[in-house]
Amino acid sequence: MIELDEIDRRILRALRQDATQSAGALGRKFGLSQPATWRRIKRLEDAGVIKGRRLRLNAEALGFGVTVFLGVKLARKGQVSLEDFERAVSAIPEVQTVEHVLGLYDYRLRVVARDLADFERVLRRRVMTLPGAGEVEANVLLSEERLPGPIG
Amino acid sequence: MPCLFLKNAILVNFMLDDLDRRILRHLQAEPSLSGAELAERCRSTQGVCGRRIEKMQAAGIIEGQEAVIDWTALGYAVEVSLRVTLDKTQARAFDEFTEAAREVGEVIELQTFLGRVDVRLSVLAQDMSHYQQVYRDRILTLPHIADIEALMHIARVKQDEALPI
Repeated sequence: MIELDEIDRRILRALRQDATQSAGALGRKFGLSQPATWRRIKRLEDAGVIKGRRLRLNAEALGFGVTVFLGVKLARKGQVSLEDFERAVSAIPEVQTVEHVLGLYDYRLRVVARDLADFERVLRRRVMTLPGAGEVEANVLLSEERLPGPIG
Repeated sequence: MPCLFLKNAILVNFMLDDLDRRILRHLQAEPSLSGAELAERCRSTQGVCGRRIEKMQAAGIIEGQEAVIDWTALGYAVEVSLRVTLDKTQARAFDEFTEAAREVGEVIELQTFLGRVDVRLSVLAQDMSHYQQVYRDRILTLPHIADIEALMHIARVKQDEALPI
């Protein structure tokens, strides 16, 4: 496991805000040379700490006004293949994330839709018809914050 | 002004053409594509693609790119989703709870909901005994909690968070 110092944590925080910053620009911010900053970023990538980039889009500006989190319980456990369920649920375009969880529900899904009527269509036609889908609980997202967590 | 911005955003939304959508789809799938690679995949030129991206950035459609961190590589093997119901008889329950939860270093996500669950926290821990310690000392001491349910993450099956464009 990789150990981080304060500068590594600052670099990670900065790249989490804006991953397009060059090593030179980041180095100037933290009083490091371009090669020294590049080596630190490379080390974080090689260790798998930075596992990629994500494009941040404004869902609302693209017409997706509603995000709903679904807790899904599988019906008839043991008779349904988890692989079949996972493959089918991952193929739904409106489903953004699928997490296999342990607890009250078996899966946690993040679903986007244009509005509540569109969400109802996705829920009825695509989610409820999944192989093995049982009880479903929906919670409409009002606000969301990502925090720096352990690199803060 | 915010109203004007919103109008612009909606206007641009209706004007997104096929090429804009192709650019967004390819960039979503692979944000680190170079200008040349992106242009080739979108069957366009680098100049045209670059201008379209600038336009979508100006309209607030493309907000930026963020590095994705793998917490397990930093030694955080446990992730738990805590679904919290708050005591809504307290007028400031939401504000006071979220304010205090932001201060907990192991919390990486904070979401509020309309539904049976009021707030959800994503909590990281190094192992189960660390989790137990965080849960007892930092989470259960947060104000106005009426009920908590925990979902333990086993695996991420799909995690790109892509929009269906």
